Parts: sequence; structure tokens; C-alpha cells
Amino acid sequence: MANTLDHKQNFLKGIIKENPVFVMLLGMCPTLGVTSSAFNGLGMGVATLFVLLMSNIVVSLIKSQIPNKVRIPAFIVIIASFVTVVEMVLEAFIPFLYEQLGIFIPLIVVNCLILGRAEAFASKNSLMASIVDALGMGVGFVIALTALGAVREILGNGSLFEFRFVSEDANTLILFILPPGAFIALAYLAIIFNRLTHKVA
Amino acid sequence: MTLKKKESTLVNMVVALFVITMAAGLSLGFVNDLTLEPKARARLAKKVKALNAVLPQYDNNPVSEVLRFKIEEAKDSIEFYPALKDSVIVGAAVTGASEKGYSGLVKLMVGFELDGSIKNIAVLEQKETPGLGTKMKGEKFLRQFRGKNPATFDLKVKKDGGEVDALAGATISTRAFSEATQQAYDVYKEVNKMEIKSDN
Repeated sequence: MANTLDHKQNFLKGIIKENPVFVMLLGMCPTLGVTSSAFNGLGMGVATLFVLLMSNIVVSLIKSQIPNKVRIPAFIVIIASFVTVVEMVLEAFIPFLYEQLGIFIPLIVVNCLILGRAEAFASKNSLMASIVDALGMGVGFVIALTALGAVREILGNGSLFEFRFVSEDANTLILFILPPGAFIALAYLAIIFNRLTHKVA
Repeated sequence: MTLKKKESTLVNMVVALFVITMAAGLSLGFVNDLTLEPKARARLAKKVKALNAVLPQYDNNPVSEVLRFKIEEAKDSIEFYPALKDSVIVGAAVTGASEKGYSGLVKLMVGFELDGSIKNIAVLEQKETPGLGTKMKGEKFLRQFRGKNPATFDLKVKKDGGEVDALAGATISTRAFSEATQQAYDVYKEVNKMEIKSDN
């Protein structure tokens, strides 16, 4: 069953049909919390992608060795370890991003997207399929967070990836940088996303 | 799947969790060791960058000559970095912090000229609202402090009877910023007094 067509579908499913943010509405805490700029969204997306990929790989490799009754604590320890690795590496090598993301890095542990994929997919599927699944879901998450961050940064701060196209004094829609703006922007993006993918499908 | 799933017997569960936590602990310790040095280097680089931004021209190494003071109002000790040029003191950078920011701690590095006037201020730590309180890092806000001497320039927000122009929509952040600056100045003043005394 592990042919390329399956992998392709498996990969695309995470980006379009089951996009974790716009379709499944998973992982809302970092989605709403850190996407005040496109760079933050991208950084959080990539950090989550890494943790998701590594946890899916490890869970898939040792799935037969984990007794059913303790599978959730086992998954959480695995996920928390990779999150801590990400935290230490970010602090050492990308301190700027580490400061920007702050408390949301340790909170990747409780992102239900990651535990969800470990439980629903990696613990039941082969290594290769789990890697493809993690990449698909992770890329879908990166795209969604970057898009949301970009929209909020453009509307709320008049810039994109720190590149300003209005002056520092200009009145921007600060609402979009603030938490309520995250909900509003996410809602409209989800509507547009579902409208577009609905037509395709 | 070829391997059969392990049964949930007590022994199996204990062994599985023990092995997993053991492996996690060991690998985290390993990564921690690896990143210890780069982390310290990143922190130092940040400090030096802030010092360069706030101090007058200097040719000593302020980081190695740092003095630390414990004061009642501050949780962390206050750091005092003297700046020397040709072995003559030309100014100093002092850290100041306030817990009263919109989301907690605001930590600054304030550079003083010898007469006590502010050379420049760098923000070391803040968690203020993006787009509002974070503008405390902006040139437009910081400009009003440069060259001012807190002895004559009242470090309070205009709303509270002082002379500081608050950031639009971020009065609380501005209050914390002013408080932290004041704290740095108080320490600078005290140290200056002590040094003058010991010189005589």
C-alpha cells in the first residue's frame, strides 16, 4: 500500500482537505497567540513542524513497545522532550525568535495537533507514512500561521516580514495586532480557505 | 504490522515508561550540554550590543568590570557597567527593571553621561502588546529621553504630572518604562556619590 500516490494524497491531505488550522481548527493556542507578525507565525510553524515530525517518527518506531494503557504519558514525554530541545536550540542560536515566541514555545507540548497525530496516525501507521503525514500536517500548519501572521501584520502594523510600507506614525488597524483581531482574521481566512478548497474539491 | 503490541501488564508499563523517560532525560542532558556555551554567548552578545548602544565611546571592557547591587525594590540585582576611556571614567550603563508593565517585567539598560544625563536607553526584556507597548523600542519614543537629566527631568508620565510623553494606547507600558529608568538613575546617583567620596 505504500506507493507514491498514497504518499502524495497523504501529504496533500494535511495541507488542504484536513488543514489543521483552517479545517480542523486544531492548535488554536499558538495560532491565535503568536501570529501578530508573519515572522512569528513562520517561526512558530516551523518549530511545531519539527516537533511534529520528530514525535511522529519516534512514536511510529516504538509503537509496538508501548503498552496501550500508558501510551498517552509515553507520547507526552516524547513530545515534551523534543519541545525542550527546540527551546534550548532557539535560545542558543536564534535568540531573537526565542524572545518573540516566549511562553508559546513550551506550550507546543500541549498543542493538540501533535498529540493528535501521534495518537491517531503515527501509533497505527508505518514509519514512512507517519513522516509524510507529519510533513503534510506541519506544512499545512506553517502555511496557515504564516498567512494569518501576514494578514495581521499588514493590517495592524502596515508591514510584512518587518518591511514597512507605511510610516512609523501612520494609523494602522491596531485591532488586528491585538487578541480580538486574531479571531476576526482567522475567521475570515477560514471562510476564504474553505470557499476556495470547496470549489476545487 | 509484524510486531504484536505489548500487553498492559504492570511490569510492561513500568518498564516502558522507565525506558522512555530515561532516554528523554539523557538526550535532554546531552542537548543542554551542547547548547550551554552558545546560549551564554548569545546572552553576552546581546548585552554588549545594548552597552554599545547606550554608552559613550569607551575602550575598557564594561562586562568584566560590572558591579552588582542589591536594592530592596528590585528582585534581581542591579548591574552597573562603568565605561572608561584612557582609564578615565566617561559614563556608565545601569540596568533598571519594573514589574508593572502591561504583561509583567520591563527591563532596560540605561546609559548615563558623567553628569547624570541620559545618553541612551536600550530595552533588554519586555512582553508588552505588539504594536502598542513594543513601540517603546522605537526611535520616536526613546528620543525624548536622550540628553535629559533625571535630576531635572521628571521621569513620570504626563498624565501623572511628569514630563514623559506616553506611547499612544500604552500608558501602562510607559509607566513601567519610566519607573525602570528612574530605578537605574537612583542607583547611578548612589554609586556616583560613593565613588566621589572614595576619591577624596
